[in-house]
Amino acid sequence: MGSSIASKETYEKKILDRFSDKLVDSITNLIDKVKPGWSERNKSKIDEWKLMFYAFNRSPPGIIGAILIISFILIGLFGPYVAPYSYREFLYIEYPDTYLVPPGSTVTITNKRGDIVKVFNFPLGTDKYGRDLLSLILYGARVSLIVSLIVILLGVPVGILLGLVAGYFGGKVDEVIMRITDIFLAFPALILAIAFASVLPERIRPIIIQSGILKQVFSVFFAADVRDAANFAPILSVILAIILVWWPPYTRIIRGSVLSAKENLYVEAAKALGVSTWKILFKHILPNIISPVLVLITLDIGSVILMEASLSFLGLGAQDPMVDWGKIVYDGAQYFPDRWWLVIFPGLATFLAVLGWNLIGDTLRDVLDPRTRRSIEFKVKRGKAEEK
Amino acid sequence: MIKGMKTLGLKRKILEVKDLHVHFYTYAGVVKAISGVSFEIYEGETFCLVGETGCGKSVTSRAITKLIESPGKIVKGQVLFYRDGSPIDLLKLSDEELRRIRGREIAYIFQDPTAALDPLYSVGYQIAETMVAHNTATWKEAFRRAVDILKSVLIPDPEKRVKNYPHELSGGMKQRVVIGISLSNKPKLLIADEPTTAVDVTIQAQILDLLRKLRQEEKMTLLLITHNMGVVAEMCDRVAVMYAGKIVEIGTVHQIFKNPQHPYTKGLLKAVPNPLIKIEKLESIPGTVPNLIFPPSGCRFHPRCPRKLDICDKKEPPLIEVEEGHKVACWLYVK
Repeated sequence: MGSSIASKETYEKKILDRFSDKLVDSITNLIDKVKPGWSERNKSKIDEWKLMFYAFNRSPPGIIGAILIISFILIGLFGPYVAPYSYREFLYIEYPDTYLVPPGSTVTITNKRGDIVKVFNFPLGTDKYGRDLLSLILYGARVSLIVSLIVILLGVPVGILLGLVAGYFGGKVDEVIMRITDIFLAFPALILAIAFASVLPERIRPIIIQSGILKQVFSVFFAADVRDAANFAPILSVILAIILVWWPPYTRIIRGSVLSAKENLYVEAAKALGVSTWKILFKHILPNIISPVLVLITLDIGSVILMEASLSFLGLGAQDPMVDWGKIVYDGAQYFPDRWWLVIFPGLATFLAVLGWNLIGDTLRDVLDPRTRRSIEFKVKRGKAEEK
Repeated sequence: MIKGMKTLGLKRKILEVKDLHVHFYTYAGVVKAISGVSFEIYEGETFCLVGETGCGKSVTSRAITKLIESPGKIVKGQVLFYRDGSPIDLLKLSDEELRRIRGREIAYIFQDPTAALDPLYSVGYQIAETMVAHNTATWKEAFRRAVDILKSVLIPDPEKRVKNYPHELSGGMKQRVVIGISLSNKPKLLIADEPTTAVDVTIQAQILDLLRKLRQEEKMTLLLITHNMGVVAEMCDRVAVMYAGKIVEIGTVHQIFKNPQHPYTKGLLKAVPNPLIKIEKLESIPGTVPNLIFPPSGCRFHPRCPRKLDICDKKEPPLIEVEEGHKVACWLYVK
């Protein structure tokens, strides 16, 4: 039958597609409740969203990436609260038996009479202080998540804004902004971060320690004990150092896109109709060039996690007793390869988180391309026609 | 009624361009795109700028509200806009003052409707945006008025179309939307830059009809830029013929078509094929538009002119009046 070829070309909705449809529908219903008539006005947009999800559902790397980053975010958010032990529980002090225990072991503590007092389970082993490695990794996820979020939320808008201004206004403004950008691009990121980390913490520390609010805020951010407030400073200086070297590529990319986007007739038309410059920039230029930046952001979150881990590995990030993935590897490196779990597990966590963001980034590139969506829309319509 | 007023000399100026010079500073050299263009537009009329590609029609129209982007620069001239009878020089206004005039009192329609609409927003949003930008309506009101505007530019089913995105509309419909956007604030002067070039012939006729109808209904003044002599004959009251950044002839549509004076105008009119006569070979003006970095000396048309005089390549011809309201820049008519 000829239809066998045709049926290959049609798009059959699978469980994931039904799920994503429901997700989009419930989101639009929610918005509809706040703003009545919204979904009716934005019907085309909602259809586009659904098609984006179909395109996404068809990409196995994308789904793997999504699973990885959703778990990363969930672990980052809730990990510290479900961790079996706190990062401050130095069991070694009381129970020397918990020193560098391999993964999967159970440590039973008995008193002098031979009665079992306590049983500890260490699925991923312990470190030299007798701390549970699984808990440490769960706490470390929070630091990685927060650092990458802060860097992206603060660094990227700065880069985008400077790129927009440079590209749109051109002339001397462009010249000044881009030369500054060039200077920052030429900065060796790692060396700058090291310089920062050696100077800044001393300046930041008193501010945090004296301010009750800052102490509270950051202890919630890093899921750390308020007693470790002095140790927030090195992490913050790492964040600042990364931000400082993170915006220039965005400025470059945005400026280039603006240069071509501002030649579009609709930009000139908006100008000729008296729309103000900032509205033109943010409503007509930025949304039209944002998709490559979104892809870059997702790919970049992975790089920020790596950067943070490497700075920590160099001893510049989290300080004892606080942990992040780089710090755990750093501490564990001296026992490698005999106590391999101290390096392998946090390394694996870093690897999976970065891999997840990279996979998502690549898939987003496809999903955001309207041609991919059109081809799927075509197949979905054909599928519906055949059902009838 | 309006025609009668004109003969009585009661016509009021709405726009006056005086000695406009626009230069583009490119790597190859300074392109003198507009050199000394002057004309005036009267209230309620349709004024046409015609000429070949590259003669500076579009640059002139954009220079009126200073829409010239770097590397272009308006080096000299005045654009007087008569608001309630008193003139203001648009070129001296600040960016913010100009922004308030653009789209509110002077609106534009651009050549390519497909490119003139932002692909990310529904047409309703884009119509409303212009009103909101000038505070003539709130978003809610503007969306409601967008439907009426779509209806007035003869788009069928406007309640539904207002939610459509540009890619969901045909070229002709997009051009109507673009016209609707520029009309949303009821401007006094509408500048249409080749509004029918990007659409096919049947749509062309519909768009021109629509423009004519709207001009009468809204009592607007229309500045129409085109290279199509048919459109000129169909639409205009007065015509200015441009060549290489200068106006070579200006007059009423009757004067230009029945009694063309400048050899270039004559050539242009001859190049329009007559559908009633079998044509062996299409007429054309020999040569091409000159390089405006090094424009020809004297009269810029002299290298292509069939009736060149000795003086033509030495001195620029002045714009002289040959009959009432009919001016031509050509040494043939200088006594």
